[in-house]
Amino acid sequence: MLKKTLHISSSPHITKGRSTDQIMKNVVWALLPVAGFSVWSFGWNALLVIATATLASVLTEHVLCRLSKKETTVNDYSAVITGLLLGLTLPPTFPLWMAFIGGVVGIALGKYIFGGLGYNVFNPALVARAFLQAAFPVAITTWHPALLDDRFTTIASSVFTWPFMAPQYDVISGATPLAAFKFDGVVTPTMELAFGQISGSTGETCAVIIILGGLYLIARGMMSWRIPAAVLLSAFLLSGALYMINSEVYPSPVFMLFSGGLMLGAVYMATDMVSSPITPAGLWVYGAIIGILTIVIRVWGGLSEGVMYAILLANAISPHIDRVIKNRVYGTNRKMKVA
Amino acid sequence: MSIFNFHKNSFKHGIHPPESKDETKGLPIRQFPFAPVIILPMAQHIGAPSQIVVREGQEVHRGQLLAKAGGYVSVPMHAPVSGVVRKIGNVPTISGQMTTGIYLEAFPFSTQEVLEGTPVDPDTATPEEILQGIQDAGIVGLGGAAFPTHVKLKVPEGKTCETLIINGVECEPYLTTDHRVMLEQEADIFMGIKYLLKVTGAKEAVIGIEANKKDAAEHLRKHLPPDLPISVKVLPVKYPQGAEKMLVTAILGKEVPSKKLPIEVGAVVVNVATTAEIGRLLPHGRGIQERVITISGPGVKKKGNYLIPVGTPLRFVLEHIGVDEAITEVYMGGPMMGVAVSNLDIPIVKGTSGILVFTRKEVELNVKTYPCIKCGACVDACPLMLNPSQMGILAKSEAYDEMVTDFNLMDCFECGSCTYVCPSHIPLVQYFRLAKRQVRKREAAEKEAAAKQEADKKEKLNA
Repeated sequence: MLKKTLHISSSPHITKGRSTDQIMKNVVWALLPVAGFSVWSFGWNALLVIATATLASVLTEHVLCRLSKKETTVNDYSAVITGLLLGLTLPPTFPLWMAFIGGVVGIALGKYIFGGLGYNVFNPALVARAFLQAAFPVAITTWHPALLDDRFTTIASSVFTWPFMAPQYDVISGATPLAAFKFDGVVTPTMELAFGQISGSTGETCAVIIILGGLYLIARGMMSWRIPAAVLLSAFLLSGALYMINSEVYPSPVFMLFSGGLMLGAVYMATDMVSSPITPAGLWVYGAIIGILTIVIRVWGGLSEGVMYAILLANAISPHIDRVIKNRVYGTNRKMKVA
Repeated sequence: MSIFNFHKNSFKHGIHPPESKDETKGLPIRQFPFAPVIILPMAQHIGAPSQIVVREGQEVHRGQLLAKAGGYVSVPMHAPVSGVVRKIGNVPTISGQMTTGIYLEAFPFSTQEVLEGTPVDPDTATPEEILQGIQDAGIVGLGGAAFPTHVKLKVPEGKTCETLIINGVECEPYLTTDHRVMLEQEADIFMGIKYLLKVTGAKEAVIGIEANKKDAAEHLRKHLPPDLPISVKVLPVKYPQGAEKMLVTAILGKEVPSKKLPIEVGAVVVNVATTAEIGRLLPHGRGIQERVITISGPGVKKKGNYLIPVGTPLRFVLEHIGVDEAITEVYMGGPMMGVAVSNLDIPIVKGTSGILVFTRKEVELNVKTYPCIKCGACVDACPLMLNPSQMGILAKSEAYDEMVTDFNLMDCFECGSCTYVCPSHIPLVQYFRLAKRQVRKREAAEKEAAAKQEADKKEKLNA
């Protein structure tokens, strides 16, 4: 006779089998080649910067959880992503103590005070980046040339600057393609941009690897394809229109797409699910705002790069997008409510 | 809402769980043996319980009336087996509650021939006579809801039914009962449609079938009777297309207004197995004694589609077909909306469309939940375009009123698509189920309080 204690649960009894920590882990996997390329092109400096930022984020998350007597949330991998992304947006010879502070600020002020994962208004990595930009304007705009011969033998002295000391730079800094264009009018060839033979933040230089990582996540259903599509499309259209009006003054749209942090931002930063809208149509609007703002800041702003502020602004607008763009509830004339 | 609309011939949103139908869809319906004791709860449909008309110790013949309808929203019950009424008392049900019912002991050597009743002639009977015949046959929705069919078929004053929709969607994974019924009982289905067209006054009948059952659609098309306005429509595979509202939208392209029935847009939806049952029983004036059930799932040895007498104890079924050692969960119904069984001594009821056995491998115990990361998967899955993400947050803080007034909670028909897709494993539909129950409970309490106040007032006036 069948004698067995049965387990009971409430339906549905099957799930899609794709959990939040799996999504986060896969984003980490997708970011690793980006970091790997960065180390290849900038040497040990990049490795140290990325590792420090990641360590600082994970440590901060763990310590904060302990302090508030909660189970640690480090194993959901979201802090790893924040740290990695922050590291990938810093210059390769950025002082480590500054990178560490960035990691702490990103998690503590960018995420934890809002209530942790799921409650942050802004992308924590970009909060950290914006903080560092304000606190250390010189260090964060001092770039390092790529593919130097001594990149695996020497480490820039600025990397090991003592805490709270200003860094000294021993290598002549290399201008990013965007800065070179904005301030000197020099256009970098597209192939160099696509394959990362340029200077810039550690992780933003190789567009191809970034796109491949994004395609992997999209194929696995772990990233919205609409956001990068909307960002890149709107940036392309606006810069293309400007280029058509006057190709002497404005750079080509292809240059715009492949230079600076736009690709990294569009694929990995803007797609943070927590700080982006919830409806597909909202995602298009959100992405378009980022693309347009980026070009506006790049072309008319005082900074050579505008992706960071564009995304942060769009993060702030995101709840309002959800409030305006909603699905109509089936069988009613009423829009889905968003509190 | 996407700027590209890929949802032609279907409803918006929805999900695509693995179909898991391959193992049973090719297996013909087989008769299941009679259990030594049949258990018949009187409340196995929505509405008032049936009223028992037999006494303990009475010998009954298969097909004989055991209980009459307990009101308009109720149906009678017939003996699924020839035998003797051993006991009338409490019987276990899937909800965990005991309810009044009959223990019927089968005669082992009976021929089990079914009694013939008063036939309802499809050509001469009036719509009212057919409706009465459907109620007398004890017919309820066999898709799982178990709502008395004659109530559903009654077109309200002032409304007209244009289209009769026959639901052959069977969107729940694993289940293949409707699939087999469509392949094997086409004559019964068409006869049933003949009755239903007359009852509803519909000009045409459309049989909706998902594209994973093309063979059934072909089979029905090939045998369409020339004298009836019936067509077969193949729909793209998507869960929960078998839900009444979703099917109406898929076939007619119209939305059923919130809190209303499909008749608002001129449609009546009837499950295909229910239709076949009507077509089979009414010409003989018989009542339901058995139904087709898919028995499947990784823990089942002899998977298949079986014709099982109503009231057969689950334990008897599982022992007969053989189950895996590691049996962990048993469901009645499909994996998306089916109910987990806590007690194997409960019987099969009229609404049981499937029995699934999952083993330790498939059942995830101690699932870790994460905070909502606002990925929007649930918003993209909800066929009613609700906002499960936000409702989940409100449910957690028990803000039920807000869920009802601002988020259309009561429209939710608990298809479970939101929970299925949630990467944070938040039990969304479970929250909503609870919220709906609380709201209903409170409404009932308020009504009672108001009635009591009214009564008190009257008493005072009289005094």
